[in-house]
Amino acid sequence: MDLGPHAAFIVVAYGVAATVVAAMIAWIVLDHRQQLRHLADLEARGVTRRSERTANLSGKIESGFPTEHTTISPP
Amino acid sequence: MALIDLANPARFRALADSILPWLGAATVVAFAFALEQAFFAPDDYQQGATVKIMFLHAPVAWLSMMAWGLMSMAALGTLVWRHPLADVAAKTAAPLGAAFTLLCLITGSLWGRPMWGTYWVWDARLTSELVLFLMYLGVIALWRTIDDPGRAARAAAVLTLVGALDLPIIKFSVDWWNTLHQPASVFRVGGSTIDLSLLLPLFVMAIAFTLLFFTLHLAAMRNEIMRRRVRTLLMMQADAAGGH
Repeated sequence: MDLGPHAAFIVVAYGVAATVVAAMIAWIVLDHRQQLRHLADLEARGVTRRSERTANLSGKIESGFPTEHTTISPP
Repeated sequence: MALIDLANPARFRALADSILPWLGAATVVAFAFALEQAFFAPDDYQQGATVKIMFLHAPVAWLSMMAWGLMSMAALGTLVWRHPLADVAAKTAAPLGAAFTLLCLITGSLWGRPMWGTYWVWDARLTSELVLFLMYLGVIALWRTIDDPGRAARAAAVLTLVGALDLPIIKFSVDWWNTLHQPASVFRVGGSTIDLSLLLPLFVMAIAFTLLFFTLHLAAMRNEIMRRRVRTLLMMQADAAGGH
């Protein structure tokens, strides 16, 4: 493919775009893993919500942001 | 599922988990098709192969404005309806919008140098787009400055709505002022002035970038919901530890 006399500008433009898109994807994927680790760590330490534990007992799904119902399980 | 059900972050997370793989796959397919279309599109009779930069520049420019438009609607959701996901949507759209605006400025410069003979000129279109980028940075900084998400959301919402005034300035700058940047050639009264052989790859690339934006935005919103959950759990843990 002949990109003409300004090929370098075209290649750099697509290269920069690919880099920025890859950086956005990497940021979001790494952030997701970090949040999953935090949540798993908290769960392992017994930090849960009262509503969540009640829901688990009754078989319901969890609901909403953690609220004032959040409690810490006794050791 | 009714719209009001999405006010529940857990339901939103579950929905995001089920939608994201499909949205991601659609994005990959769209980009594969778009890149094939872009690279095999004919050269422009004046610009030659440099027109291929348009297939990047125009879609990211549209997305740079669409992201702020989305943030403005979310700002209304925060200030008027206090929808629990509105500020999550606004906060997570800001870095993506900033990235697309930066791409718009860089690809525009790389297109401008061979076509205009300069990387940059302080004309109305370029300057108003640069102002948009700075506003994105300002909103991101504001979110990071205020610890309480609720207070940060309201402050960022006000700044976002004020900043929305820049959108019509960007759009109509080429009509209101004499600029080096070309006037509108796609979305204009009387139809596009671009030949269909170049217009089709442009639209396919725009669809691919739009799918990418919504995929990343949905994933970023899911992350933000999880981050807030972690934050609240840590605060409750600290409160409980302090109480003992």
